[in-house]
This record gives sequence, C-alpha cells and structure tokens, in this order.
Amino acid sequence: MTNQLYGPVDDVAAQAGHADDHPPRVGFLTDTSVCIGCKACEVACKEWNLVPEDGMDLLGSSYDNTGDLGANTWRHVAFIEQAAPRRELVDLGMPGKGPPGHVAEGLPDAPPGGQQTEQSDRDVRWLMMSDVCKHCTHAACLDVCPTGSLFRTEFGTVVVQEDICNGCGYCVPACPYGVLDVRPEDGRVWKCTLCYDRLSDGMEPACAKACPTDSIQFGPLDELRERGAQRVRELHEAGVEEARLYGEDPNDGVGGDGAFFLLLDEPEVYGLPPDPVVTTRDLPSMWKHAAAAGATAAAAVIAAFVGTRR
Amino acid sequence: MPAKPTRRGGEQSMVPRAEFQSYYGRPVIKPPTWKTPDVPAYFFLGGLAGASSAMATLAEIGGRPRLVRIGTLAAGLGAAGGTAALIHDLGRPERFLNMLRVFKPTSPLSMGSWLLASFGTLSGAAAASTVTGLLPRAGTAARAGAAVLSPVMMTYTAVLVADTAVPIWHDGHRELPFVFAGGSLTSGGGLGMVCAPPKDSGPARAMAVAGAGLELVAEQRMSSRLGMVAEPYHRGRSGRWMRAGKLLTAAGALGTLAARRSRVASVASGAALLAGALCTRFGVFDAGMVSAKDPKYTVVPQRHSHDHEH
Ligand code: SF4
Ligand code: SF4
Repeated sequence: MTNQLYGPVDDVAAQAGHADDHPPRVGFLTDTSVCIGCKACEVACKEWNLVPEDGMDLLGSSYDNTGDLGANTWRHVAFIEQAAPRRELVDLGMPGKGPPGHVAEGLPDAPPGGQQTEQSDRDVRWLMMSDVCKHCTHAACLDVCPTGSLFRTEFGTVVVQEDICNGCGYCVPACPYGVLDVRPEDGRVWKCTLCYDRLSDGMEPACAKACPTDSIQFGPLDELRERGAQRVRELHEAGVEEARLYGEDPNDGVGGDGAFFLLLDEPEVYGLPPDPVVTTRDLPSMWKHAAAAGATAAAAVIAAFVGTRR
Repeated sequence: MPAKPTRRGGEQSMVPRAEFQSYYGRPVIKPPTWKTPDVPAYFFLGGLAGASSAMATLAEIGGRPRLVRIGTLAAGLGAAGGTAALIHDLGRPERFLNMLRVFKPTSPLSMGSWLLASFGTLSGAAAASTVTGLLPRAGTAARAGAAVLSPVMMTYTAVLVADTAVPIWHDGHRELPFVFAGGSLTSGGGLGMVCAPPKDSGPARAMAVAGAGLELVAEQRMSSRLGMVAEPYHRGRSGRWMRAGKLLTAAGALGTLAARRSRVASVASGAALLAGALCTRFGVFDAGMVSAKDPKYTVVPQRHSHDHEH
C-alpha cells in the first residue's frame, strides 16, 4: 500500500487497501445555479443521520441561520445577496410546475431584472449554495488522525468511526475547508459520512434524495465530472459567464474533491478557500526541518559540555 | 436589512492593504479545539523534558552528578506532566490508548504518541532509579535511551502544529522546529541554572545561551518570511506573549554572564529563561488561534497563489 501525499490519484479506494472489485468512487456535484435555498438537504441530513439540533439563532446573515459546517451541521446552505448589474433573465433549466414528467418551456412572465436596489441599473442577485464535506482525494483529516478513526471507505469517501475517535481534535484544524468539529457534550468529532449506511444499501444520500431541483447530484465521480463540465458549457452559452467548477480538478491542492461544486462567484464569497492545499503535502519538508533543528539542538548540548571548563 | 458578505481590508499594517472577500467575515477553517493551558503546557513540558534528558546523559559522560540528577528528574517529570496534559485535552480521555492503536507515519500526533510513550517510559524509569537508588545500571541505560530520543522531543511538537491548515503554523513549518528546539534548550538550561550552584551549571548556561540565540534568530526569520501571515505574532494577546517570550529569553541569556558568580543571578536568569520559553509556546499557540479565526489569513495568500500560479 503506497501512501501518496499529493497529486492526482486514479483509485483512492485501492490506495487505501480496498480490494480491486470495490465499487466506483462516488461523490456529489452541487450545482449552485439551481439551488433555491429551501434547506431540504439540511433537514434531510439531520433526520436521516440523527444529527442533534444546534440551537436556534438568528445570525443576521440573510436567510442563513445555520452559519457553518460543524459537528452538528453536515449540510449547510449559504445565502449571499449581491447587487449586480441588471441583465436579461436566463433560463437555468429549473424544474417547472405541472404533472410529473412535464417540462416547463421557457420562462414565466416576469418583469426584467428582479429585486431592486438603490441603484436603478442594479438588481439583487441571490447566491445560494449547499456546502458539505468535500471527501478529498488527499484528505488532511484522515492523514493526521492518530487513532485510525477516520478512514477511506470502499466508495472512496472519508468517514469517522465514532467508536474509535478519542476526540484529540487533530483533524479539526487540519481540514482546509473547516468541515469537522468536536461535539462538546460528546467529545468526539462528527461530519458528513456521505450516508455510508445508505450507500451500502444501494441508496443515494439523503440530501441528494431530498433536493427538489437536483442542485445536489449524487453519482460516480467520473460521471459527475463530465456532467459538471457539460453544465458549465451550457451556462456559458446561455450567457452566465461567471459559472465555474470548484474542486473538480484532480491537479488541485487536494487532488480533487469527491464532492465538488458549480459556483457563480469566487469561492471565498461562499466561505470556501480559493486554493486549498492538503497540509501533509509538506510533511516531508516539516520532518526534514525538524530533524535539522533536532540535530542542531543535540550539537548545542554536546558543545555546551565539551566547551565548558570546570 | 440582511448584511452583505463583507468585503473589507486588513487593519493597518506594514504590508499593502489586503482586499479580500469572505462569507460574512466567518472563518474559512476551524480553529483548533485544543485547550489552553493544556496544549501549550504540553509543548513546553515536552521540550523541557527533551533538553533535560540530553543534559543528563552528557552530564553523566562528563562526570557532573548534579546535572545528571536534575536532568533525569526533569525529564521524567516533564514527560509525565506533558502526557497528563495531553490526555486531559482529549475529548474522550478514557480512550487515550487508542493513540497507540495504529502506527501512522502521516500523523505527527501518532508519531508523537509513540515517541512520548517510549521517551516517557525510559525517562520515567531513569528518574525512578535516581530517586530510589535502585538498579543504577538500568537507570543509566534508560537515561541514555531517552537521550537518543531527546532531539525529536525538542522539535516534534513544531511539526504537530505545522501539519494543519492554520496559516501561521503551516507556513512557518521551516522555522518553527528551530524556534521550539531553541526554547527547549533555554528551558532545560534554565532549569539547570535554577537548581544547580553556579560552579556546577556551566554547561546549562551554555545550553541556555545557544538556545536563546537559536530561538530568537529562527523567530525573526520566520516572521520576516511570512509577511502579513505573521501578523498575530506581533499584535494583540498573542503578540504580547511573543514579546514577553523574547524579552525574558534575551534577559535570561544576558543574565548568564552574572550567573557564573552569583547564585541569585543564576536562579533569576534561569527562571527568566524558563518563563521565556513558556511565553513563546503560549504565543505560538494563541497566534494559531487568531490565524485560524480570521479569514483574511486563509483567503489573501490563497487568492494570491490562485491568481499567480494557475
Ligand atoms: S473536506 Fe475536510 S473533513 Fe472532508 S475529507 Fe476533506 S479534509 Fe476531511
Ligand atoms: S478527533 Fe477523532 S477523528 Fe479527529 S483526528 Fe482525533 S481521533 Fe481522529
């Protein structure tokens, strides 16, 4: 079993020691262009995974009263309100009203633009995104976990084994996306399992199942990557030039995310890091410098004794 | 009126104003859940134990029984205290032994736990033999064994913090081991100066001076290399810890000149050196918290690398 710390990996499950007949790597494509901010994913996740409530706060950040991912939030819907130049409405391919199977044609009659701002040529633009654990190819959380509690499943996902976690908390600051946290009353860390139990039974994860607009799509990662690229092309053709994929590239700092996104603005606007790198990429260099520092210290102690007259 | 995502600049600083975007000013990564004083105390005690153990073995070779005794006891007690602090910090302390469930080279905490277990056993045995006078030969062997591990004891906690997504820790991974090695030497030497009369503590003084130089130079280089990311080392509470650390270390190092002749000066400068090393550990720890909580330190450098390297 080789343990590659950085760069693209063809088969993460095989690298982790799973037999060759393991299922294909699965993940999420979260297409924020059709997210309507209904939070069905947040609710479905909590229900299915029995995630405890984490308080009822009004955060003053648009419709987001969840705040961020953490021990008790495994899907988090972000809301961003921006003033953007007015433009023609674009058909984003939302599911329409009507009997099952009916596809709505064109856009309903709507006034040009949307909600007004103080400036007459600018409208409010809403960005909504359902965030989740990225199930990284190079998962820093998994690399640093000293107990082996975090592990790579046969589906290529990253899961915490709660019966092993001793709450050392190392994975918490190691994750470049701020996904994991300790549940204080419990002492252990919790995060999205990509519904490991449902996958094992051939079902899709609860959030993807509940999403009414297919903003959350579940499937084999290869397929999702193609679908994502196709969707970006379509949006660009429709004039949505700001559409871009985030986390799909196996050459990025974490070797590509198992759960990647289609965004309509820079990642940091959604609270995502613009260029995350798995911290263990630099582990060899860290140990090299520690060895040099240790040797320096040892030499200093030896010199202190050799060089001191009585 | 819902707040807009913040678009704000850095506070006044020497570096150019860093414009960046974030999601309502929220952190991108999660700050460590590690508690203070547990974790900085663990860093300090581990380093002190490492340096003391090296001092004890060299003192034995050089025929300096007082320093052998002081170093052996400090190594044993330091390792025990550090282990207690580490266990106390766990979310599930009763599962401490899960740390030794796997041997995992990608996790500095796994490596550190094995190291601490070995070093703690050896230094504990040496200390027990010193206190009781039993099995002196086995005691000497245990002392020597611990000394072999001591260079890693003095530096591995730097790797531990550097192997996270916390910008000020990760980006400082080249210099931090030298800062910690220097602090270990000053604390070990400082303890020798406090506990032994000046005529016996010559090598301890030399260790302390070498350590102080190493720590101060490494810290300076780290700060200038990191630029704006190093801000928390200069500002706020973490900045005050770091300044106190520098002043105490420098004062203690200067004090070694007077400490040759005066027992009072020796105790005072030894104490200053110990306090200095402790302050620096608290400073590094606190600075990491600040660095993790302010999205600026994650977003600005990543935006820069994203724009310039892709
Ligand atoms: S996003 Fe964070 S928690 Fe999820 S796999 Fe990657 S490193 Fe681990
Ligand atoms: S908190 Fe639990 S899952 Fe996270 S690194 Fe520690 S043992 Fe592993």
